Amino acid sequence: MADDSTVSTTAAPPATSSGPAAGATRTGRPAAGQSAGGRTAHSNLRKRLEIAFFVTPALALLFLFVAWPVVTAVQMSMFRWNGIGPLVDFVGLQNYVRVLSNDVFIGSLVNNLIIIASSIAIQLPLGLAIALLLNRKMWGQGLMRTVIFMPYVLAEVVAGVIWFQLLQPQYGVIDTVLQSVGIDPPPQGWLGDMDLALWTVVVILTWKYIGLAVILFLAGLQGVPDELYEAAQLDGASWWQVQRKITIPLLGPTIRTWAFLSMIGSLQLFDMVWILTRGGPANATSTMAIFLVNEGTNRANFGIAGAASVILFVIALTMAVLYQRLVMRRDTKGGS
Amino acid sequence: MTRKMRGATAVALGATVALLATACAGQGTADQDTDTDETTTSEGGDVTLQWWHNSNTGEGKEYYDQVAADFEAANPGVTIEVSAQQHEDMTTRLQAAFQSGSGIPDVYMSRGGGELLVEVEGGLVRDLTEDAAETIDTISAFAGQYSVEDRVYALPFSMGLVGFWYNTDLFAEAGITDVSPNPTIDEFNGYVDQLKDAGIDPISVGAGDGWPAAHYWYYNVVRECTFDTVEAAIDSGDYSDDCFIAAGEQLEDLIETEPFNPGFLGTVAQSGPTSASGLLATERVAMELAGHWEPGVVGGLREDGEVPDFLGWFAYPTFDGQAGDPNDQMGGGDAWSVSAQAPDVAVDFAEYLLSDEVQIGFAELDMGLPTNPAATDSLTNETLAQLIPVRDSGGNTQLYLDTRLGQSVGGAMNDAIALMFAEQAGPQDVVDAIEDAAAQ
Repeated sequence: MADDSTVSTTAAPPATSSGPAAGATRTGRPAAGQSAGGRTAHSNLRKRLEIAFFVTPALALLFLFVAWPVVTAVQMSMFRWNGIGPLVDFVGLQNYVRVLSNDVFIGSLVNNLIIIASSIAIQLPLGLAIALLLNRKMWGQGLMRTVIFMPYVLAEVVAGVIWFQLLQPQYGVIDTVLQSVGIDPPPQGWLGDMDLALWTVVVILTWKYIGLAVILFLAGLQGVPDELYEAAQLDGASWWQVQRKITIPLLGPTIRTWAFLSMIGSLQLFDMVWILTRGGPANATSTMAIFLVNEGTNRANFGIAGAASVILFVIALTMAVLYQRLVMRRDTKGGS
Repeated sequence: MTRKMRGATAVALGATVALLATACAGQGTADQDTDTDETTTSEGGDVTLQWWHNSNTGEGKEYYDQVAADFEAANPGVTIEVSAQQHEDMTTRLQAAFQSGSGIPDVYMSRGGGELLVEVEGGLVRDLTEDAAETIDTISAFAGQYSVEDRVYALPFSMGLVGFWYNTDLFAEAGITDVSPNPTIDEFNGYVDQLKDAGIDPISVGAGDGWPAAHYWYYNVVRECTFDTVEAAIDSGDYSDDCFIAAGEQLEDLIETEPFNPGFLGTVAQSGPTSASGLLATERVAMELAGHWEPGVVGGLREDGEVPDFLGWFAYPTFDGQAGDPNDQMGGGDAWSVSAQAPDVAVDFAEYLLSDEVQIGFAELDMGLPTNPAATDSLTNETLAQLIPVRDSGGNTQLYLDTRLGQSVGGAMNDAIALMFAEQAGPQDVVDAIEDAAAQ
């Protein structure tokens, strides 16, 4: 989304600046012997040149750092390549077959899907509840908002290292506290137990990203007109009814946009898992991005990594387009 | 708005994937043969050598700076640009240099095995067989791991082996007074039982990092298979000999006795007090299987930064009826390679690094286990010196199998062994993983 804002801000200035600039030229230097039609054509060309001038750097960067790497990834995925020397060993689609028939990759894909589903299933109700709570006038509101939002601001690696230390089996803070109140922590530790590791990661991700959901929902709540609440109160609606019938429906666009962001984030998930478990134990927390880095950087199977990255791209693109088409259609249509 | 949003989506997605993809992009398009920009040879015969090593702290760094200065003084016109780097940084930078074909240092560290093979096949590393024949003769016992088809491509300067580092105090506390320097598996299991009875976690293993766990399987292979069987299997890619299965079964038996620290599946190898080495350093476990680097690592993880007095060492246990020579060991080391485009004086420098003088200094600072026989008596640390007679007992030293097989096959193998520690894979799965990866 950040890229969108840079593109639109760089595109915006020419549109606004071209008006006054063109006007100044016209008034300052009366067009002697120039026909009205010619002037329009001239200003149109000028406008286009200006647009081209301002857009080209962004497009060039986009091509260099987005389009070109995608093209080389596709190219690389067709070769068997250990990173040294030119691409010579063409294997066609064999790398794709290997990736798609690899249990670890399929397991990673399933983990990604579990994380997507659980992130939305946990963070949506929780985030909504906290946002509704924090939207009420109360003591310490600002402080509470800051506290909730803090984990999101923390660098992912820093948060990961902190949790990694807290969760150390036997000697970590969490296990020590649990033991002192008579609860036995899992013997292999929260991140070392194959059945618990993924859920531990999900809990940490919830802690990390709930702040984003809350802040977005709070922003959305500002857009709900007070008159609706007043009208509802006059009609004798309870607080609960007001939330269900007015607030949440009007938050729809915000929720759908947040869910989209959450979904894309979950698909790309890498750093937190890398710090906490490196995809272990026994690949129990591996994600597609972890698979990709393991194959590419750690094993020098760059062809395989290329194929995996293309597959990840296709999956992400398909999900995004489907979501846009099916879920966010109403939201985006209204704005155009 | 619709169009704009979709554009934004595409951008966001594209950026995402591109970021991931770029991690693997960038082929070696540069012509590797013509690229000699790092080595400047001017008309007056002045030569600048790039030397990369990983002794980037303390006495080791100072020592190597001095070694470079001494060589410069003895060889007027030669300038050595020393670049001491943290180990992982160095391997990453080397990898990047090999891939791009530019910026490859003239003299650099090699770990041998499959990694060296890739460099040889890429024509990146110099054949030293004739150019450094005399030095190779001195260290011939260790040159095998750095040879490809009987040509030597690197000069090993440190060669260590893997074994159990144990806490003598905790062993005594558990009533184990008579620790054999080369125990049988029954004796070893006896230690584990006694330690458990005394309420001490017997062994720490950094299974979270893969390779520390994999060392157990490698060592079982060294015990169960003859040296020649392993060599033949690596050459042919056929690991159907029963000894590889037996090695896995021995490992399963060990895992069944539950000797490892709680949470070993997520334990990392060496970083921090809760790593496998950290648990040994902070006296929370009785022993750890590790290489000759362990005293240094353990010392670094203690509050006082000193190598603790309690550290003892014994060899990996032997098995009843094992096919492997009991004197065979598993280990590895570091060697100096000279890049293909380096000037001849780089070979002289690499040979100088293996000279009696430099190796003795190296040993006196306990920087590793020297390969030059003239220096093996010069180690200061007694625990470390204990490894020399075992290493030089006449058996073969098998290189860490992951290094030996190269990143691709080695990674697949380590993963399968880590799964075995999690009881998610059996002996046959490890063999299958190696064969599958080797066949591709």
